[in-house]
Amino acid sequence: MTTARIVGTSVPRMEGRDKVTGRARYVDDMVLPGMLYGATVRSRVPRGKIKQITFGPGIDWTEFVIVSPRDIPGKNCIALIEDDQPCLADGVVNHSEEPLLLLAHPDRHLLAKAVEAVSVEYEPLPAIFSMQESEKLCQVIWGADNIFKSYLIEKGDVDAVWENADYIVEGEYTTGAQEQLYIENNGMIAAFDPLQGLTVWGSLQCPYYVHKALVKLCNLPENRVRVVQVETGGAFGGKEEYPSMIAGHAALLAMKSRKPVKIIYDRMEDMAATTKRHPSRTRHRTAVRKDGKILGGEIEFTIDGGAYETLSPVVLSRGAIHAGGPYYWPSVRIRAKAVATNTPPHGAFRGFGAPQSLFALERHMDRIAEAVGISPVEIRRRNFLRPGETTTTGQSVQEEIDLGRLLDRALEVSDYHEKKKKFATENPPGHSKKGIGIAAFLHGAGFTGSGERYLGSVVGLEGCADGSVRILVSSTEFGQGTNTVLCQIAAEALELRYEDVGIAQPDTQEVPNSGPTVASRTIMVVGKLLQSAALGIRQTLTASGKLGSSYSPEEFRDACRAHVAEHGTLRSLARYQQPKEIFWDEEKYRGSAYAAFAWAVYVAEVTVDLTTYSVSVDDFVAFQEVGKVLHPVLANGQIIGGIAQGIGFALYEKVIWQHGRMQNGQMTNYIMPTSADLPAIRVFFEELGNVHGAFGAKGIGELPMDGPAPAIINAIEDAVHVRFNSIPLLPEDIFDALAKPGVPEIASSSARGQI
Amino acid sequence: MSASSQDPAKCEIAFTVNGQLATVRVHAMERLLDVLRHELGLTGTKEGCGEGECGSCSVLMDGLLVNSCLIPVLQASGANIVTIEGLASDGRLGVLQQAFLDCGGAQCGICTPGMILAAVHLLNKKPRPTLEDIREGLSGNLCRCTGYMQIIEAVAEAGRRGAAT
Repeated sequence: MTTARIVGTSVPRMEGRDKVTGRARYVDDMVLPGMLYGATVRSRVPRGKIKQITFGPGIDWTEFVIVSPRDIPGKNCIALIEDDQPCLADGVVNHSEEPLLLLAHPDRHLLAKAVEAVSVEYEPLPAIFSMQESEKLCQVIWGADNIFKSYLIEKGDVDAVWENADYIVEGEYTTGAQEQLYIENNGMIAAFDPLQGLTVWGSLQCPYYVHKALVKLCNLPENRVRVVQVETGGAFGGKEEYPSMIAGHAALLAMKSRKPVKIIYDRMEDMAATTKRHPSRTRHRTAVRKDGKILGGEIEFTIDGGAYETLSPVVLSRGAIHAGGPYYWPSVRIRAKAVATNTPPHGAFRGFGAPQSLFALERHMDRIAEAVGISPVEIRRRNFLRPGETTTTGQSVQEEIDLGRLLDRALEVSDYHEKKKKFATENPPGHSKKGIGIAAFLHGAGFTGSGERYLGSVVGLEGCADGSVRILVSSTEFGQGTNTVLCQIAAEALELRYEDVGIAQPDTQEVPNSGPTVASRTIMVVGKLLQSAALGIRQTLTASGKLGSSYSPEEFRDACRAHVAEHGTLRSLARYQQPKEIFWDEEKYRGSAYAAFAWAVYVAEVTVDLTTYSVSVDDFVAFQEVGKVLHPVLANGQIIGGIAQGIGFALYEKVIWQHGRMQNGQMTNYIMPTSADLPAIRVFFEELGNVHGAFGAKGIGELPMDGPAPAIINAIEDAVHVRFNSIPLLPEDIFDALAKPGVPEIASSSARGQI
Repeated sequence: MSASSQDPAKCEIAFTVNGQLATVRVHAMERLLDVLRHELGLTGTKEGCGEGECGSCSVLMDGLLVNSCLIPVLQASGANIVTIEGLASDGRLGVLQQAFLDCGGAQCGICTPGMILAAVHLLNKKPRPTLEDIREGLSGNLCRCTGYMQIIEAVAEAGRRGAAT
């Protein structure tokens, strides 16, 4: 093929016209005839036995459809990795807001009153709310030891490095829960027909996850469960696993009532009951030579999984593998574990464990720099991974990545050195201080280790009777641009125009399982398979003599139309096969963790206001290598949007917990950045390409979530010379550190000098 | 007549929506948002938080930008309401809508209708807004996808293209 014509250009967003005219139909915009509204009665205690459920006076309960665990036709669980999470708590509750009963009624207002009128009597059981309590086994609430999963990653002989170390630097870093805060709340509609089976339409990322859960819950054959994704108003991981729960609830109500049932969460229910980013704690102990070279280190990474296992093992895995960052560790020991607490299960959120462990690492790098007496720039430069060197899992870096160059370019564009000097000497003694900070990081694209092999994704491409082409995937659009970029890839591969290609609505009855839309995998993995499927279509049409080696879109259309008329369906399927050079040892946690990494250096400039103790981000430079950029406008949108969420993670978004329940589950008191809060974010791409991705693309969606928080907190330390090792960092935290008497300039230091 | 339309607790309320007179029989304290969506089928107006924080339900009421989740429908009696459905005429996108498409101002699309109405309101007041004007003018509308920059760019571009005229 000659040079790319369509990939690399910013074609119009496939469903953009519907979105800017208000015609796009989200689940709450759908109405089915005779539809009821469904609602969930939830636990108000964090842990206890259910003694009695009373349906209070003043409500005509005969009008309501009521579903209890006894009405579940199949297994009472949300099938995911383990089946430990019940769909409806039966006898025992393990976290606040756990679903107990379901109600449905035609009148939404009456439904809300009925939920309030159900009272539940509990025998309370002692509960645990922190990782510390869980580790100390204050109560055993899951398995034998409260541990959902643990991993050990070992490279070299760490025990031997300490005696040769010039410095041993220690630190502990924590991150809080973060709400995904998609603007469209979760919602689902289910309809059941004894002959046709069950259909659900919903706001979701992974149609086949929901399908798997419904088959088990409803005890239906696979071909009688149909899951359809409708336009989805943001997800960010927040609609990866929890939609299976809501779909299950709507399905149970629909099966019992034989009427369509719609469940739409309001904001408070969505915030209180659904998943958030895992809170984390990372401890570093690092042996360093006096020139700043890392000799080895021990990293302990712990995340709070909440009351059920859900996706915690996978989040933990990604967090642990990213804990060593873009640096060369001659030896390292990473111990990771996910522990249980009596809070709603934490789950997928953009970055998936990596923002947590990379926050710790990139704060720790600044601490090492300080201990050694070199700059934050030099400590990174001296330890960057180079082509041919191995990561913490022993994966050899195959790409010609030059992180030093990426760093230099980021420093140049941000005017880092000048500013650093200027702030150090000219910071005004008065009301504000300025600072600048950096973070270097990487993000693995696609499922970890053997994940893609187990998934075995299938992608379909169909030549239609009218001669057009339609993509068949379960990969979903929820703002990132899946529809658009996949159509670009197919058009490019078939040498058609962008307008000649369409994409089917993700519907498990229509599309093969191309895997979940997660892990920055869609464009790289699914896109690459789509290229293969396109080749299949071309070969079929060429082999039958209907298409020459070069053709116009019109000739293709004629050939396709003629083929379908003669032979019926023209369909090409491509299934994932793991490249031979990708090897992963699941037992030892060694080998190629990811088919490709994206690499980045971010620079943040901040002002700390010493009157209000608020922080403003004044400038933000984001340099990244992401393979080939297939759609510049969408790629920019992904990076800027991720950085905005990263700024929220660092400075604004704090979940206030009380007895394991979120207390600030409203947009009034859980604060995300507005247009007035964010700086101009300057985005730059390096494009090295990637043999494993469609037209050289790598994953891009999660990368920008990893860097902002450490870059910003490093900048704040640069401004006020106080160490902050926990995020979110709110003005009151800065006030506590700066303004309260008796707090030393460098607070909570655990860095040690030479031993 | 259906049972609900005879409900004595309901009253008849008339207002103009996107240039057309609409008469509904509803509870006086129903939210304008629900009346637009459920009674009139104008589902382009979205609910994000139900408490006036996110701006997804923004509509123009007599030229003012309001959160329709906070407006009891009685208050809209006799008013002139513009929703997202009122901006494209004969299937042709308005200048702002086209700019949103061109600049990447819409990602998941759920905040987009409210955001575009906030931008209409801003451009009506300031046809050539500065970036600061735009940041301030859109600060009542939350977007979780974009980090706002491409939205700000779209509004500036629409200003340059003469959206307000």
